[in-house]
Amino acid sequence: MKPFAYHQPDQIPHAAKLLTSIEDSKLVAGGMTLIPTLKQRLASPPALIDLSRLGNLKGIADDGATITIGAMTPHVVVAASKLVQARIPGLAALASMIGDPAVRIRGTIGGSVANNDPAADYPAGVLGLGATIVTSTREIAADGFFRGLFETALEPGEIITAIRFPVPLKAGYAKFKAPASRYALVGVFVAKFAEGVRVAVTGAGSGVFRVPPMEEALSQNFDPSAIAAIKIDTDGLTSDIHAEADYRAHLVTVMTKRAVDAALS
Amino acid sequence: MGNVIGIGASPKRKEDQRFLTGRGNYVSDIKRPGMTAGVFVRSPHGHAMLRGVDKSAALASPGVIAVLTGEDAAADKLGSLPCGWGISDAKGVPMKEPPFPMLAQGKVRFVGDMVAFVIAETPAQASAAAELLTVDYEVLPSVVGVLEAVRPGAPQLFDDVPNNICCDWELGDKAAVETAFRKAAHVAKLSLVNNRLIGNPMEPRAAIAEYEPGTDRFTLWTTSQFPHVVRLLMGALVLNIPQHKLRVVAPDVGGGFGVKQFHYGEEAVITWAAKRVMRPIKWVASRSEGYVSDRHGRDHVTEAELALDETGKFLAFRVNTLANMGGYLSTFGPNIPTNLYGPLLGGVYTTPAIYCNVKVVFTNTVPVDAYRGAGRPEATFVLERIVDVAAAEMGIDRVEIRRRNMIPKEAYPYQTPVLVQYDSGDPMGCLDGALVAADVKNFGIRKAESARRGKFRGLGYSTYVEACGLAPSRFAGRLGARGGLYESATVRVHPTGQVTVMIGTHNHGQGHETTFAQIVSEKLGVAFDNVDIVFGDTDRVQFGMGTYGSRSLVVGGAALSKATDKVVAKGKKIAAHLLEAAEVDIQFEAGKFSVAGTDRAKTFEEIAGAAYVPHDYPLEVLEPGLEEQAYYDPVNFTYPGGCHIAEVEVDPETGTVTLVNYTAVDDVGTVINPMIVEGQLHGGIVQGVGQALYENAVYDEGSGQLLSGSLMDYCMPRADHMPMMKIATHSTLCTHTPMGVKGCGEVGTIGSPAAIINAVVDALSHLGVTHVDMPATPNRIWRLLQNASLPVAAE
Ligand SMILES: Cc1cc2nc3c(=O)[nH]c(=O)nc-3n(C[C@H](O)[C@H](O)[C@H](O)COP(=O)(O)OP(=O)(O)OC[C@H]3O[C@@H](n4cnc5c(N)ncnc54)[C@H](O)[C@@H]3O)c2cc1C
Repeated sequence: MKPFAYHQPDQIPHAAKLLTSIEDSKLVAGGMTLIPTLKQRLASPPALIDLSRLGNLKGIADDGATITIGAMTPHVVVAASKLVQARIPGLAALASMIGDPAVRIRGTIGGSVANNDPAADYPAGVLGLGATIVTSTREIAADGFFRGLFETALEPGEIITAIRFPVPLKAGYAKFKAPASRYALVGVFVAKFAEGVRVAVTGAGSGVFRVPPMEEALSQNFDPSAIAAIKIDTDGLTSDIHAEADYRAHLVTVMTKRAVDAALS
Repeated sequence: MGNVIGIGASPKRKEDQRFLTGRGNYVSDIKRPGMTAGVFVRSPHGHAMLRGVDKSAALASPGVIAVLTGEDAAADKLGSLPCGWGISDAKGVPMKEPPFPMLAQGKVRFVGDMVAFVIAETPAQASAAAELLTVDYEVLPSVVGVLEAVRPGAPQLFDDVPNNICCDWELGDKAAVETAFRKAAHVAKLSLVNNRLIGNPMEPRAAIAEYEPGTDRFTLWTTSQFPHVVRLLMGALVLNIPQHKLRVVAPDVGGGFGVKQFHYGEEAVITWAAKRVMRPIKWVASRSEGYVSDRHGRDHVTEAELALDETGKFLAFRVNTLANMGGYLSTFGPNIPTNLYGPLLGGVYTTPAIYCNVKVVFTNTVPVDAYRGAGRPEATFVLERIVDVAAAEMGIDRVEIRRRNMIPKEAYPYQTPVLVQYDSGDPMGCLDGALVAADVKNFGIRKAESARRGKFRGLGYSTYVEACGLAPSRFAGRLGARGGLYESATVRVHPTGQVTVMIGTHNHGQGHETTFAQIVSEKLGVAFDNVDIVFGDTDRVQFGMGTYGSRSLVVGGAALSKATDKVVAKGKKIAAHLLEAAEVDIQFEAGKFSVAGTDRAKTFEEIAGAAYVPHDYPLEVLEPGLEEQAYYDPVNFTYPGGCHIAEVEVDPETGTVTLVNYTAVDDVGTVINPMIVEGQLHGGIVQGVGQALYENAVYDEGSGQLLSGSLMDYCMPRADHMPMMKIATHSTLCTHTPMGVKGCGEVGTIGSPAAIINAVVDALSHLGVTHVDMPATPNRIWRLLQNASLPVAAE
């Protein structure tokens, strides 16, 4: 790790100002992703701006048709939240499947969404539920937020403050864990709304994506059998030492069935 | 004062007090006055000419003290890292043994090969300077797999090692095997890969070196399983430091599994550098650095054939293996796939003729050496897999074919056709015990229940034997060992009767401080709490070969047992004098020396007191003091073995294999501490599960990059992969070790992979699957099922 300056602002505008004024500075939330990259000297920002003093970024609010989760809310809080468990059980389940207890205690939803790791779990939940990313300057719909491999719509100096999730009729998440990392080798989030079904896949490609043919089939008939025969194309899917693209494609179908099962149970 | 806690008891481990309260003392905990930090610059290429190193920017970087390269080492005329075993081919031609410079000279041969050592005031300064080093590489194509390495036209690692073959080794009677194959009613064939593994001890390797000009002495603190051997190899063969001027300390070490039983270049570089800069230097490997520099294990490609008669009796066994050595010969490297492999191919069976050919091959990968089990898991896997293949092909039950070929209990001692003679064993007894413990009788019910859930359940057996307790020196010497393999122990009885033992083995998780104290407590009648075990410091311990090959209790414990016998013998002389009796009439029991048939007695403490305050003492014929030493060289290996039964469930939809039951009934001879033996079995089995289902070191052919270079990509077994295990012992006593003990440290790793893969194949056999390579990952299983184009299970 190389030396860096450390700031702990208590106002969002102050944090945003530090971020834009100090070139190459970085926000730090739970640090579960950022700190290892600093330790391996893969990144060496001159300053870290810690979001932990911004108290209003933590917590979960029931807004009726939506649920809003503060960006600094750790995974463990979402997983254990009675509110999330009651209103969007699939999301609480997703949070409970992230990493290990230490990671869930430190890691935050804002950090995970901002980082957009292609194998992270939250992007599937955010895209699958069609959530809104609330930032220090604007609101961004999930469909326009994730731009593939660690890329998002966030502008320099923009800070995620919360994620707002519409409450679905039913939703479920199924994750096939990568053997070593236990990130998603393939993770599928399925959400059923009055307007139709959304299916979001993480882990399989370079970023989270939706599967329109499955969404259509499930909108007709919200049952695993509806998509059992739908195979997704291997184009754009990842092949690596853990899984080849055709196996990942196969798992998308299997995990979607299981996510629907989870939503129905 | 506490009580005697002897053989067969399971006291809590003494050492856990300090480990569990955070008071262990590991190399990285140690700070020396004026200590500097060292960082190694390693090759990012698998294979490249090293055209030059420009140190200037690194030297100008803040805090930098020195930058050392292979050229500096050559200028100081330092030796090559030695190989402790020299094997030969069938004609007696010695293996090719190219030099292994501690810092690369002229060429780098694997990603991680050391190019330079940067020393600075702080670790951060050393890392920053290391990034400024300019190394001029001319990149060459890499070859990483053994099949590729021996092909014509493959990249050549060394000019004088044609086809990258270090040695074309063989064992056994080739002609007799060929004759038997001609007569066979059936021949089973199997091609398999034994996957490459990375040991991953919890504590990464680390070292501190210091030179004291006043005494002209060096001290090296290192994460080693055998500090005396490091002193010998490094002092005598690499750095030319006389033994009395070199102290090597291996304090608490956080796991080894073989990874820390080699003399590493880092140790030599840091010791040499400490004198050059006249400051202590510390180096601590990162986990990532460990992946590309800790010696790897296994990595075989094998073709095997088993000849059988019409009743399923094994007539002959033939094995051809290509074994990966990596870029250079590590300390035990060439010994592992040869001497620790071929002689195990007899297994627990009466196979009369065996032939084994092993081509030991250089590749652009980390050097390969011993990893828990070392050679024996590979042998067991080949044999136990092909037995199942033969059984399936001949339509004979897998247990039945084993029974028909097993060495009966009465036939021990049993001479195999591949050098070794088993002294004792009862494989049938272990098998019978395991069948009951695993509830094999009701397996069909469990399988049907799995099927109702759309899962395939399978059962797998491994009836195995291994050779450990390394090693009888004379025998090892004939096979190419360049050192002895005995062990030593000193028992120091203090004037007040407490005991300190100095022993040459090294405790890094095995519980020696407990087990050895139990032996002393039992044999001398001294309270368990009054015995301390000292190890890991060449200034405190006389000598020793260290800990590996399940040798500590078998060889070290035997030395300890002999030394305690000497203490008792001397105590009897002292007691005879004090009790005015003849020495032959003195009995020693439960900590008391007494005159037979009388109530006249002296306690152990009284005798110790008399030995150190010799006022009333036979000084004319007996030296004062009560301290005895013994060296023990075993007459044979010990041959623990047993039967492991694995039960797995396969999800055909995802290809996931889940281990649902595991049973092991092992013959480990006399059990000193049942809890510790069970712990050794647990750990060993889990490492075998790792090999069978999860672990795989993968290199990219061509570039030589390690693709599984971190815990994110190299899958270690975890607690939630494991069912509760059923562990039991069915022991026969070793006939030649003092206490009847056999090794138990590696049996779990040796017996388990075959049991698990046999279970996976069993689960899929109805689909025509006959073999699955390790690790049996979901992707691999799914692909097998795809290739068989099988219907997946019902919803
Ligand atoms: C061992 C381990 C296992 C893991 N397993 C999983 C897993 O199974 N599934 C999974 O999804 N994840 C997993 N993770 C990642 C974990 O969920 C991280 O917590 C998450 O990716 C990042 O969250 P963080 O709060 O730690 O962010 P940090 O590491 O602090 O930051 C990550 C990045 O996001 C930026 N950032 C943080 N907060 C904000 C914000 N509010 N606005 C804008 N930018 C911001 C930072 O600048 C940084 O670039 C694992 C991590 C570890 C160490």
